[in-house]
Amino acid sequence: MTQHDDPMLRFDKVSKRYGQHTVLDRLDFEVARNEKVAIIGPSGSGKTTLLRLLMTLESVDAGVIYVEGEPLTHMPQGERLIPASRQHLSRVRAKIGMVFQHFNLFPHMSALDNCTEAPRTVLGLSKAEASARATELLQMVGLGDKLEHYPGQLSGGQKQRVAIARALAMRPRIMLFDEVTSALDPELVGEVLKVIRQLGEEHDLTMLMVTHEMGFAREFADRVCFFDGGKMAEQGTPQEIFGAPRQERTRQFLSAVLETRS
Amino acid sequence: MFAEILELLPELLRGTLMTVELTLCAAVVAITAALIAAVSKMYGPRPLRWLAIAYIEVFRGTSALVQLFWLFFVLPYFGVTLEPFAVGVVALGLNIGAYGAEVIRGSILSIDKGQWEAATALNLGRMQTLRRIILPQAFVAMIPPWGNLFIELLKGTALVSMITLGDLAFKAQQLNQNTLRTLQIFSLVLIIYLCLSLLITVLMRTLEHRVARGLLRGRAG
Repeated sequence: MTQHDDPMLRFDKVSKRYGQHTVLDRLDFEVARNEKVAIIGPSGSGKTTLLRLLMTLESVDAGVIYVEGEPLTHMPQGERLIPASRQHLSRVRAKIGMVFQHFNLFPHMSALDNCTEAPRTVLGLSKAEASARATELLQMVGLGDKLEHYPGQLSGGQKQRVAIARALAMRPRIMLFDEVTSALDPELVGEVLKVIRQLGEEHDLTMLMVTHEMGFAREFADRVCFFDGGKMAEQGTPQEIFGAPRQERTRQFLSAVLETRS
Repeated sequence: MFAEILELLPELLRGTLMTVELTLCAAVVAITAALIAAVSKMYGPRPLRWLAIAYIEVFRGTSALVQLFWLFFVLPYFGVTLEPFAVGVVALGLNIGAYGAEVIRGSILSIDKGQWEAATALNLGRMQTLRRIILPQAFVAMIPPWGNLFIELLKGTALVSMITLGDLAFKAQQLNQNTLRTLQIFSLVLIIYLCLSLLITVLMRTLEHRVARGLLRGRAG
């Protein structure tokens, strides 16, 4: 069913509305295998919704999302596509991991337990296997000495690194980062971005990142997409978007953002 | 006076034992019923949801005494005859469980929706999320209102004296008829009920502190 030349992700005329307000308007969008895509744009432009639809935290109102050629929120029945069953959703969703702006760690579990819970209950790993995997990941994000710490005992940057390890423990092919540094004190942003950079370099992962860190987007992303008013207004290489944006709207947004940052 | 009390006490303590047993057994029924009803009402398929709502509304909306009488005097017409103790446990348990269901529902709703989203992103199912992620956190918020419910339950057990069970209130009435020492008997009974409810308060507070400490480890530091 899955063909290797299918794009990793494909949005086919995907729309999402909240009441009268259209957040995503017939979006067509593709992401190649192992591509790193940065999504930028003003708030309310639909960029976070794009990630939430992929993670199935919201349902699409129209259109279809494909993951490796397979419909995510629908499944084929004969010639037609019908809304996906829970099993289908869960199978396709297993390819995707997500890191949230506000960490959403489980406060009643240690860093290690946060990372072993899903591998044990969902993947059925033994305690020893799950612990070994989680320990390795927590070491990778630089928290090898904090395994038994609880979220309440960690800084924001440390929490976000645990959240990254927790998502990776499920071995996803696609990682979604939703403004993962926005809730952090400025001095803690670097340690999180360093981990993400390292992930991109050392692992075969397709990465989608909604971010306000323009400097990071510029050096890390293969492609930058500028969203505005529920549509992708412009996309291109970081050089194109940051160096010579074609759209007036993109120019305005970038100069506004870069001005407040400097 | 002291000798009198000593004379009355053994019989009253026998009643107290019955009251405590009833309270404990009914509490188990109440917690079970409340949990099932709350989860069914929130996440069950439609028929189950209706059933849960019907249960909660009927048992909250009618008198506990009538529920007790109904199970004791009406159920036998349908061919089901239960022991008085079983009737007491079931009626009181279901009555308190109906209130408890709303307590559990409220505490589940109080958990940040980000917790559900993180669980979905990790592909946990709804029941797995509820059991492993949501309920452990909701538990702390549930303890104080459940303390109130257990005290209600304790006081409610006095109703079973109406269906021939020899609880504390029943023994008190019996002793009163036989000895006519009304002042001593009912003052003692008052004190015993008060001691029991204080005990519940202390136990629940201890539990709350212990659970909160486990849950919020390091948050203050």
